[in-house]
Amino acid sequence: MSADTTATGSTAAISPVEGVNVFDVDHPAPLIEPPRKRTAKTPKSTRGNFEMAAWLFMRLSGVVLVVLVIGHLLIQLVLDGGVSKIGFAFVAGRWASPFWQAWDLLMLWLAMLHGANGMRTIINDYAERANTRLWLKGLLYTATVFTILLGTLVIFTFDPNIR
Amino acid sequence: MPAGTLYRGREGMWSWVAHRVTGVTIFFFLFVHVLDTALVRVSPEAYDDVVATYKTPLVGVMEYGLVAAVLFHALNGLRVIAVDFWSKGPRYQKQMLWSVVGVWLVLMLGAIYPVLGHAAREIWGS
Repeated sequence: MSADTTATGSTAAISPVEGVNVFDVDHPAPLIEPPRKRTAKTPKSTRGNFEMAAWLFMRLSGVVLVVLVIGHLLIQLVLDGGVSKIGFAFVAGRWASPFWQAWDLLMLWLAMLHGANGMRTIINDYAERANTRLWLKGLLYTATVFTILLGTLVIFTFDPNIR
Repeated sequence: MPAGTLYRGREGMWSWVAHRVTGVTIFFFLFVHVLDTALVRVSPEAYDDVVATYKTPLVGVMEYGLVAAVLFHALNGLRVIAVDFWSKGPRYQKQMLWSVVGVWLVLMLGAIYPVLGHAAREIWGS
């Protein structure tokens, strides 16, 4: 210990830099709040967990779509003559069964939402101007809602005896 | 090409690029596909007319391309899930990509006859 260490007792560890003891037991250092701490004055978060939900949806819907879409491709393009057997009669035969109606309905909704969210990500990545993003996403959402509603309507109102 | 578009290269980046390209391709096909299927509400003839174009050799080759895009997107999507949720996923992402490419190649070889057979018979007769 050098002789010029004038501080004594418990304050020794913080004082020698300035040479003066500013704080002691009766005059404690002010409490500095941790950065970004939520306080009464902090505005409520307006973002929610949308992006996390979208990220999770891509993975959950993706697993289901692997089964639905590969099954769909097998039926339409591989089994029983491949593409050559497809026609109105073939569609009527499949949609006579509620199982295939439900299959196609679920596939339509999941694929459209999965694809729309992927396109949303791509627009956010590459469209640099806010206005461009707004218009592209407006177009995307309009087309998506239209396609989902049209497809749903077609599945539910299909009439094999339209003629 | 804007600066910073090329990221590190190699398996990680190129699988990501291929995932985007195949995803966008499938999404645009999906629009067309829902619209052509909606023709069953117009008349059997309208639907069968449009489906007839799906049976031409040129569109048959495009269908093979669609199968290629769907299979890659499906297999690589499962790899992405493994990278995200499996504790050793990031360490094995390259090996998993080459497994994806291997399985994809086998499936594409297997799809040649069922998917392209109709187009071949159209061109060369059965």
